[in-house]
Amino acid sequence: MQSVAVLLTVGLVSFFLFRYVGDPVNAMVGQDTPAVEREALRVKLGLNDPAPIQFVRFIANAAHGQFGLSYRTSEPVSRMIWERLPATLELSFCAAMFALLVGVPMGVYTGLYPRHWSSRTLQAISLIGVSLPTFLIGILLILFFSVILRWLPSFGRGETVTIGWWTTNFLRWKGLEALILPSITLGLFQLTLLMRLVRSEMLEVMRTDYIKFARARGLTNRAINFGHALKNTLVPVITVTGLQLGSLIAFALVTETVFAWPGVGQLFIQSVQFSDIPVMAAYLMLIGLFFVIINLIVDLLYFVVDPRLRGQMGVRAGAH
Amino acid sequence: MATGRSVSNNAPLLEVRHLRVEFPTRRGTLLAVDDVSFEIAAGEVLGVVGESGAGKSLTGNAIIGLLEPPGRVAGGEIRLEGRRIDTLPYEEMRKVRGAMMGAIFQDPLTCLNPLYSIGRQLVETIQTHLPLPAGQARKRAIDLLKEVGIPGAEQRFDHYPHQFSGGMRQRVVIALALCAGPKLIVADEPTTALDVSIQAQVIALLKRLCREHGTAVMLVTHDMGVIAETADRVAVMYAGRVAEIGPVREVIKQAKHPYTKGLMGSIPSLGHRADRLTQIDGAMPRLTEIPKGCAFNPRCGQRGLRCLVERPNLMTAGGSLAACWLHDRQGVGGAVAGELADA
Ligand SMILES: Nc1ncnc2c1ncn2[C@@H]1O[C@H](COP(=O)(O)OP(=O)(O)O)[C@@H](O)[C@H]1O
Ligand code: SF4
Ligand SMILES: [Mg+2]
Repeated sequence: MQSVAVLLTVGLVSFFLFRYVGDPVNAMVGQDTPAVEREALRVKLGLNDPAPIQFVRFIANAAHGQFGLSYRTSEPVSRMIWERLPATLELSFCAAMFALLVGVPMGVYTGLYPRHWSSRTLQAISLIGVSLPTFLIGILLILFFSVILRWLPSFGRGETVTIGWWTTNFLRWKGLEALILPSITLGLFQLTLLMRLVRSEMLEVMRTDYIKFARARGLTNRAINFGHALKNTLVPVITVTGLQLGSLIAFALVTETVFAWPGVGQLFIQSVQFSDIPVMAAYLMLIGLFFVIINLIVDLLYFVVDPRLRGQMGVRAGAH
Repeated sequence: MATGRSVSNNAPLLEVRHLRVEFPTRRGTLLAVDDVSFEIAAGEVLGVVGESGAGKSLTGNAIIGLLEPPGRVAGGEIRLEGRRIDTLPYEEMRKVRGAMMGAIFQDPLTCLNPLYSIGRQLVETIQTHLPLPAGQARKRAIDLLKEVGIPGAEQRFDHYPHQFSGGMRQRVVIALALCAGPKLIVADEPTTALDVSIQAQVIALLKRLCREHGTAVMLVTHDMGVIAETADRVAVMYAGRVAEIGPVREVIKQAKHPYTKGLMGSIPSLGHRADRLTQIDGAMPRLTEIPKGCAFNPRCGQRGLRCLVERPNLMTAGGSLAACWLHDRQGVGGAVAGELADA
């Protein structure tokens, strides 16, 4: 229910954007269009109806995935989004995997051996990772791997394969190659964030009584570090990963711009330049939807990981 | 025999000799455990008492090899069944922990991993040390849960720690400490965090189980009542040293060290008259401010000149050992001028 409220709020914001930022009619017609024609267009677009009615109509359409026509290209907005969504999702997915598969092990390592020189080095490097802006990382990567070494492409999706309406990078070598630099660029910040989070959580968990007691029971280091300690860091890690996944999709637009990646983020940037309000509104709704879906998944995962949350419906049977 | 129990001629189960535990700090090294020696025979319960900060926990942790850095064993030796364990590599010592020695810590609420069922934690411990297939490990775990008095052990096996009360959790902790059949349990204030009404039950359970399994216990506690009921022998610690050690009756009825006498003043349940007992004024010195001579001298009503300069080691005092010049042939030396002011 909370999710519905969030979506309605996002819808409201999108709607106000739609309704009050710029005059869509101006954007659609030429300078010399007579006022009568403009008025006819307003009526046709429903722009003269009372605001609440427009809002309800907007939400109802949005719920059906209908955001009208783009002011810029006169194509249906939903189709423009659908066409570009796979590019953004695949990029965000790879960036998230990169951040998780590298960031979590690095966090575990630096948390377990905080005094080792390699941990200190990683920790120092991660500070740089957190503070460098994304576009700069992207440009540096392009400079090094595309311009100097000529190993990897610097823009576009490379080769893609279309399955149904979904175009994928994963089935062609050139497509995979094209994914590397943008994914690293997009995922690097999340990687350092995750590493630092896992590290501090590990340090904290390693000091707990149950870890000390696990040692007293003579469990192996592997069981203690990965079975007992790591699992206890999962709840905060899942929370942050969930949040970050949402922002990965949202902030993909910077990376998409740097790498000319044909995703929804790039579409959004183009729409801003043209005040293409329907596209912008649809984009906002979509991002809101992703956040909500991710939140639901996060809540489900909590449930899987932490028995104390499951226990709320259970009983404290036999407790005295 | 000091223990009142028959002890075989073999080496004692646990031998602690001249143990020293240090903490390197920026302002020099702190000697938190200083020349502590005692032994525990198989099946024996040694009570360890003393004010907070006396070094009881550090001694216990040194024995199970889990001193938290930067604390470290700086001297002496610890032997289990004659085998030296304080110098074992981590992996060797890990195999000793749980299998040969168990530990029970203070707070049962925080000693169990909240994310795993108690059954899983038991089976994991059993299988770490004993070559049992899953089915048999499970059976052993359930039997242990029954033994520690968890009602409905089969159903409770799959429950998580938060589904148990404090007392029940401490029973689970005891089961975990015992599940691989250790010969010694180091129990560090195992009931302090519990409700007073449950403390006695848990101590009684620990005592019964260890008797049945022939497990020796080093029982650290503030509670002289518990010591009186449970221990065979008592060690009294003060400022990182053993002040007195002896059979429980001897120490309680005829304390040899002025500090022990003072301690007995704080137990009401022993049938002693309170008026006969001195209350101890002052507090135990911090590690950086341990006085020269006897560490207890600023608080001692019987101190002499010798107490201010020479440190007493454990010496025979009746049926016990006490670190006090009163029990030396030459005594405490001349009277100290003035009241207890100048130390
Ligand atoms: N990590 C540490 N750093 C410095 N001093 C410590 C540390 N841990 C314990 N100590 C000191 O060691 C002394 C003994 O502590 P402990 O064994 O915990 O006492 P207790 O008898 O209450 O269990 C205390 O005075 C304490 O100040
Ligand atoms: S040695 Fe002296 S100061 Fe220390 S306890 Fe004995 S009498 Fe008191
Ligand atoms: Mg203690």
